[in-house]
Amino acid sequence: MKTLFERSVAGRKCTILPACDVPETKPQETREKALRLPELSETDISRHYTQLAKQTFGVNDGFYPLGSCTMKYNPKVNERTASLEGFTEVHPSQNAQGCLELLKTAEQYLCEITGMDAMTFQPAAGAHGELTGLMLIKRYHELNNHPLRKKIIVPDSAHGTNPASSSMCGFTVVNIPSAEDGCVDLEKLREAVGEDTAGLMLTNPNTLGIFDKNIKAITDIVHEAGGLCYYDGANLNAVMGIARPGDMGFDCIHLNLHKSFSTPHGGGGPGSGPVGCKSFLADYLPGEKIAEENGKLCWQPRGDASIGAVRSFHGNFLVVVKAFTYLVTLGKEGVPMVAKNAVLNANYIKHLLEGTWDVAKKGTCMHEFVLTLEELKKETGVSAMDVAKALQDYGIHPPTMYFPLNVHEALMIEPTETESRETLDEAAAAFMDIWKTIQENPESLHDTPHHSPIKRPDEVNAARHPVLRYPFND
Amino acid sequence: MGNYIPSTDLQQQEMLKEAGFSSFEDLYRDVPEELLLKHELNLPSGKSELEASKTLRKLADKNKVYSSIFRGAGAYHHYIPSIVTSVVNKEEFVTAYTPYQAEISQGVLQSIFEYQTMICELTGMDVSNASVYDGAVAAAEAVSMCRSPKKKKVYVSEGVHPDTMKVIRTYSWAYGDEIIPLALKDGLTDPADLKEEAACVVIQQPNYYGVIEDVRALVSAAHEKGIQVILSMNPIAMASLPCPGEYGADIAVGEGQPLGMPLSYGGPYLGFMAATSKMMRKLPGRIVGQTVDSEGNKAYVLTLQAREQHIRREKASSNICSNEALCALTASVYLAAMGPDGIREVAKQCCSKAHYLAEKLEEAGLKRRFKADFFHEFVTDCQEPEKLIAKLAEKDILGGLPVDGGILWCCTEMNSKEEIDALVQEVAQ
Repeated sequence: MKTLFERSVAGRKCTILPACDVPETKPQETREKALRLPELSETDISRHYTQLAKQTFGVNDGFYPLGSCTMKYNPKVNERTASLEGFTEVHPSQNAQGCLELLKTAEQYLCEITGMDAMTFQPAAGAHGELTGLMLIKRYHELNNHPLRKKIIVPDSAHGTNPASSSMCGFTVVNIPSAEDGCVDLEKLREAVGEDTAGLMLTNPNTLGIFDKNIKAITDIVHEAGGLCYYDGANLNAVMGIARPGDMGFDCIHLNLHKSFSTPHGGGGPGSGPVGCKSFLADYLPGEKIAEENGKLCWQPRGDASIGAVRSFHGNFLVVVKAFTYLVTLGKEGVPMVAKNAVLNANYIKHLLEGTWDVAKKGTCMHEFVLTLEELKKETGVSAMDVAKALQDYGIHPPTMYFPLNVHEALMIEPTETESRETLDEAAAAFMDIWKTIQENPESLHDTPHHSPIKRPDEVNAARHPVLRYPFND
Repeated sequence: MGNYIPSTDLQQQEMLKEAGFSSFEDLYRDVPEELLLKHELNLPSGKSELEASKTLRKLADKNKVYSSIFRGAGAYHHYIPSIVTSVVNKEEFVTAYTPYQAEISQGVLQSIFEYQTMICELTGMDVSNASVYDGAVAAAEAVSMCRSPKKKKVYVSEGVHPDTMKVIRTYSWAYGDEIIPLALKDGLTDPADLKEEAACVVIQQPNYYGVIEDVRALVSAAHEKGIQVILSMNPIAMASLPCPGEYGADIAVGEGQPLGMPLSYGGPYLGFMAATSKMMRKLPGRIVGQTVDSEGNKAYVLTLQAREQHIRREKASSNICSNEALCALTASVYLAAMGPDGIREVAKQCCSKAHYLAEKLEEAGLKRRFKADFFHEFVTDCQEPEKLIAKLAEKDILGGLPVDGGILWCCTEMNSKEEIDALVQEVAQ
């Protein structure tokens, strides 16, 4: 498809601004360099993006079982409330009682759901939340005079952001292997903890979709060694309203409002990754806190113990508006129903696939599960990638591929609660159809997808010869 | 109450049975009994869509929407063309995930590729990433790009936005860098203060107080000492002032909010980052590249992923995963709608109107604090800033931001001459 730059026609424009009604003033020093922005009519722009939209697979284009990403339906009412002028036309430095009340109430609700005591909405995404949470841990050890506590323990099944966030925080990462059942190996954990342990980062349910039964023992081991426990909230959808990270022994957490709380992913953000913590860490939170003075809400500095700020102003506010609308809609009854149906849907489709496809870990799963195609690949040459691409031809977004790292040829499936039984049945039928094709003609899988706008792209070429901007014939 | 669960109660019971469970509780058989939440969540009961809409509208109505705004200070009130809102509300763009699956994500990938191109054009730099969370984080991430085992010192001008300073301090504290703040002299950063070798210096143009810094002098002083220059710049100003590439910056960053994003009480906003090609592999976050598919057709993919967390884990250049893709799309559509002439016109009007306001305020008794040239923001002295701002609020005007015993004013194309005159009249009374 043509780019905006190839559509540009010199002299074409949209009429947007009136003429300037004051005398013209220019800065003393001005730009000399050409500014090659496209020159387009509104029709050009509208058609261009309509075509691009048609080549983009969103949640409403079909089943989107992208494991660990919780691609649930994004309710329209959330979009509408977040576009109210009373939210969008408000300057961040304004005294905005409605915004403050919303943030304060959202904090209360989310603390109740997670078993935490305080929360900040500054972090703009999950990884940003992780970094913030680790900073709390760092601050805790710094102020309690534990200069040696510089190691963060991360299981090998963790999201890549966990070790990356630890490094950004100046910690050394200690990877521990998972036990046979995909859970934390208690013996390995006991060996790993010590006087240098700053903390542990964990997702529960883990990336294999298993609820770690030993979770209390795990957090106890870390606490007894003097470390703190960080909960990666990526998988909260499985347990919200059912079990709380705070009760499992976690000291701080992040949530992904763009996963569990139904706000859209936007093709890669904006998200929101609020960080909650127990009261003993609350003074370290970044940004300001909401206080009440003379019956009015206001922002108040947290004091010298605070780590400072991780983003400007108050975070991705409109994303919080969407998540808050969702919580208002769900209420106390809806939140656990979401979790239960997320787990039900995962177990249901797992049941439909089991027997034919190889599930990495037998038994009950939580909101997601992982298939391993290791044997299949050995026998037929068909890889997880091939199956993922084949699913595209059935109008299904592929599951997460090759993750977690401790499962070979992994396909991680997370249906979410917003899919109907019919959709799950159809998806299972698609998997079975692909299975049949693998038995009959495995070679045909290697050049899937057949019906997408492009065939498989050459990623090696892209990285070796980077073309990262339109070349303009220069 | 609503919950967006399509399966009926009957279907749910059937599914439970088929999958081998006796009840919903049975699904959680692996969760130790003592961890199961025993009480009902302390939340209100769920609401219908109609009730939820009303609840949210009530909250929104508690916020004052001013009919004229003379405040910037990091969040700017610009006109947003209708086409921008229309495009960014297309649900394919709104609801898609990060485009890992290139075959069915060409639209979003191409939109990011076009965004990267336009950011390169605007900044005059070689290469751009797909965005980070906001301008402050962009500056902090840029500092990480300059770090080397030998160089841990980081100069930061006190002319950067206070939140940018705070975020840089927080990130640097976490990693272990040393921050050396550069005090302003008569509103300007002094190149002579760049005394010793350091990893980098962070400068803002125009600075927080609206003053146009002598960036050329700062860049040459920095480069002489082997210090890399991170220039945080207002994107609208780039159409009028020399762009970061012309100034000789090594990394250009900034807050992209003025490019089509509403004020929104501070977010979502957009952190843009662009650099010289030498620093390409140090850029954090997503980058889209052009390649070909197996049949030789043009295709776009996420590329240079060897830098990223999902591949390199603890050795990654950054932890960033989700960024601000939809805000990057917003900026692209905004720039496409404005075009080169339109964006220059916005810049011209911002600058002209701010100078008109400054002149009129001076006549009304509010003297400009710094004598250096400014773009669309400036500080005036004021006896009782809070009192003046409160008085203006009564007239439905959001006045400038009280700072350091003065007021930081801002004008954009949104402020008509009539509005400006009305403001000045209130100030004069």
